[in-house]
Amino acid sequence: MGQIANDVILDIKDLTVIYKTDLETVRAVNNISLSIGRGKTLGLVGETGAGKTTTALSIMRLLPTTTGRILNGTIYFDGQNLLDFNDHSMQSTRGRLISMVFQDPMTSLNPVYTVADQIGETIKHHNTALSKGEVSAKVDETLSMVGILPSRKNEYPHQFSGGMKQRVVIAMALCCEPALLIADEPTTALDVTIQAQVLAMMRDLRNRLGTSMLMITHDLGIVAQTCDDVAVMYAGEIIESGSVEDIFTGERHHPYTIGLFNSIPNLETSVKRLKPIPGLMPDPTKLSNGCFFAPRCESCLDICRESSPPVTSGGFHRIKCHLCGYDGR
Amino acid sequence: MNDQMVIAEDDAVEEFRRENQTKEIWRRFKKSKGSLVGLFLLVIILLLVIFANFITSYDLAIKQDPSKILEAPSMEHPFGCDNYGRDVLARTIHGGRISLGIAVLATLCSCVVGSLLGAVAGYFGGVIDSVIMRTLDIFMSVPDILFTMAIVVAFGSSFTVLLLALTVAFFTNYVRLVRSQVLNLSEQDYIEASRAGGAGNARIIFSHILPNSIGVIIVNVTLNVAKIIIYESTLSFLGLGMPPPQPDWGLMLSEAREFMRKAPFLMFFPGTAIVLCAVAVNFIGDGLRDALDPHLKS
Amino acid sequence: MYIYIVKRLLFLIPTILGIILIIFAVMNVTPGDPGRAILGVSARQDEVDALNHQLGYDLPFLQKYVNYIKNIVTKGDFGISYFTKQSVFDEIWPRFVLTIKLALCGILLSTLIGVPMGIYAAVKQYSLYDTIPSLIAFFIASIPGFVLGMVLLYVFSLKLNILPSYGAKTIRHLIMPVFAISISAAAQNMRFTKSSMLESVRQDYVRTARAKGLPESTVIWKHALKNALLPVVTQIGLNLGLLICGAVVIEKLFSLPGIGGLIVDRISFKDEPVIIAGTILIAVCFTIVMLIVDLVYAYIDPRIRAKYSRTSTK
Repeated sequence: MGQIANDVILDIKDLTVIYKTDLETVRAVNNISLSIGRGKTLGLVGETGAGKTTTALSIMRLLPTTTGRILNGTIYFDGQNLLDFNDHSMQSTRGRLISMVFQDPMTSLNPVYTVADQIGETIKHHNTALSKGEVSAKVDETLSMVGILPSRKNEYPHQFSGGMKQRVVIAMALCCEPALLIADEPTTALDVTIQAQVLAMMRDLRNRLGTSMLMITHDLGIVAQTCDDVAVMYAGEIIESGSVEDIFTGERHHPYTIGLFNSIPNLETSVKRLKPIPGLMPDPTKLSNGCFFAPRCESCLDICRESSPPVTSGGFHRIKCHLCGYDGR
Repeated sequence: MNDQMVIAEDDAVEEFRRENQTKEIWRRFKKSKGSLVGLFLLVIILLLVIFANFITSYDLAIKQDPSKILEAPSMEHPFGCDNYGRDVLARTIHGGRISLGIAVLATLCSCVVGSLLGAVAGYFGGVIDSVIMRTLDIFMSVPDILFTMAIVVAFGSSFTVLLLALTVAFFTNYVRLVRSQVLNLSEQDYIEASRAGGAGNARIIFSHILPNSIGVIIVNVTLNVAKIIIYESTLSFLGLGMPPPQPDWGLMLSEAREFMRKAPFLMFFPGTAIVLCAVAVNFIGDGLRDALDPHLKS
Repeated sequence: MYIYIVKRLLFLIPTILGIILIIFAVMNVTPGDPGRAILGVSARQDEVDALNHQLGYDLPFLQKYVNYIKNIVTKGDFGISYFTKQSVFDEIWPRFVLTIKLALCGILLSTLIGVPMGIYAAVKQYSLYDTIPSLIAFFIASIPGFVLGMVLLYVFSLKLNILPSYGAKTIRHLIMPVFAISISAAAQNMRFTKSSMLESVRQDYVRTARAKGLPESTVIWKHALKNALLPVVTQIGLNLGLLICGAVVIEKLFSLPGIGGLIVDRISFKDEPVIIAGTILIAVCFTIVMLIVDLVYAYIDPRIRAKYSRTSTK
């Protein structure tokens, strides 16, 4: 709490997104609000299918045009609502002010163009005044920034390993020094050792360039290492959010968050067995009126099945739960 | 709970899944209007062809009547009469029997021969694969029509020879298709698993590989029927198809060509028949492809 | 890379040997002989045998095969036609040129019409620019070339009388035949290009390109198109076989002296030298086109290029 509007780079209010096909309507994101402070990193945590990527694509305005639709809400970026932008101003925002790194580096690079071509294209597009030589120099600079020898710039994506490809993708995202970087599970597809390298590099670059970041992940370890704030997503809702301290060391938690922590191994406390959360996430085409987590919740009350819990807050920490909220129960 | 029950339950789930899958495929198939139009057209054409004898007798299609040479369509002869005074309506309907009959049989023959060769090549690999595929390369570097023509001219035209020729021209598709399917599927874990479980080659081919590639094969079969209808009519048009005086659409068109100026209606009816059949089958094939292979369409 | 090309051309040799073997075998097992075909049914058997002997037709099958290959390799001689007694090569070449001219014009026309329309339909998916051309292409792909040719003939020669109906003297003579063989290939190209393009537009790297802020036109024409063209190039190469088939029929319909018609005529005379030489020419042409396709493929796709240079350094 206590942040002035000027310190907020991204502010999402009441965002609702659906995917509509002629068969069914998937309620992917349900009325979420979140904000990222300037220069801060927000971790968006949740299981596969919780709506994390949809949130990111909504910010980029890159939802699939035939099915995806933003029903409601605002996305303020640096004081302007991105949802009011026309195609042209959105294009000049993407890649220049907001960049995105996608999950799978194997498929996110175009196989038929060289690395230099793909990075240079972004630079040239957003800085039309630059000459060919200047663009080329900037490509070299960006590549060395992510730890790739500029001499390899005329190679094709297939000549790079997975970790190197993700470095290229990150270089491509950072080449115009954006104010906000959205990283959608940037290390999930990589080997564990490479993961650590890439994460360390991203942390370092973020600090050097002062970029704000939305780190999407399902790995609480990554959150602990990189994030300032955390939002936990479940079935398209943010069920708990707060600072890393609130989530990792605070007293009060949403039962789902507790479940998440119980299902990862911990070096300090010895437990015989990990405790996974029973059941599956609800089908997003058939969401109930009550709390979406109720069917899997160990401490489920009658009211949980009937009405959606309110969001209650204690300082910057917010919880959306009938039982564990800040309204005293 | 004992194992028996678990297995029974699994079977029930499997059955439910299959039934659901069939329904799902039908639902997706129904979604495109084209495939329904195609199905409707094809059913009508098939009914006409199957019950040809009840509509008009075969004699009318063969009997020559010098007084009616090139007679324009009338009440008595709705499609007119040809250069020998034969009834074009009867020839068109009975011609369908031969044209479609050959097309369907040739499709089945080429599919069976090609799929078997492809399955063998893909499954056993090594020398067998090389021999089959190199022979196929030779076949494929010569346009089909030359082989077909060679066979027909050499053996003289008849139903069996035409069938053989069309099979030779079309089996290569299936060899490649099934071989690549088998190669893909062989790498799947469940094939490994069943091999580890001691299943024999034949069992793996027939109970795992063929059922899993059947969708792709069905789509190809349907689309090939249309190609064979067109190809067969082309051969007949070249005089390499059924021998006259048999009614056959391609042959009728070939005869009609001589009288294009005086009696253009002669080429209209068999031409339309060929195109309608091909359109109907293609519509169905497209619908099936979308229904069986949903990821091909967004 | 060059080694790869040489390797591919070398593979032509076993292919051609195989083709010759198959044709000799087919001719050997099927009834009839050139002597009987030339002299007619009424000729005496000893006369027929004498002619067959003189032509060299009665030699054992393998010996004929070896002799034939030896003559081509040592003298570049494709033999003498059993039927016309002329040099096979002189007889075939002008007809071959005409057929290839038809087929190549067909490839050019069908590509120029089909590919851009397919791209456009994919870009404007579900709009009228997609549905109407797609439906038309669908119908055209179901029409046999010769039926289309007959319709063209009827409309433009008989009714409107603006184009000649037979012969191959001028360009005007070739307009209708080229159209008749290329329209259905164009329709197929369009359908193929469209689906390939739709597939390509869904790829992750297209989304990356959008995320970079590139305008939609760059995303489509630069990032999606180049990848979508890969399978299309193969399809265009395969079209050649289709077009040669089409040419055989169209040549007959428009009375053009092409190689297809020649081979069909000579099969009934068992004129082995002509049939084999004609088939070889077509096969060589086909192989070269497929090689060109592979080279274009390698030009577009760096992964394929890398594979070729790897195999050739080994």
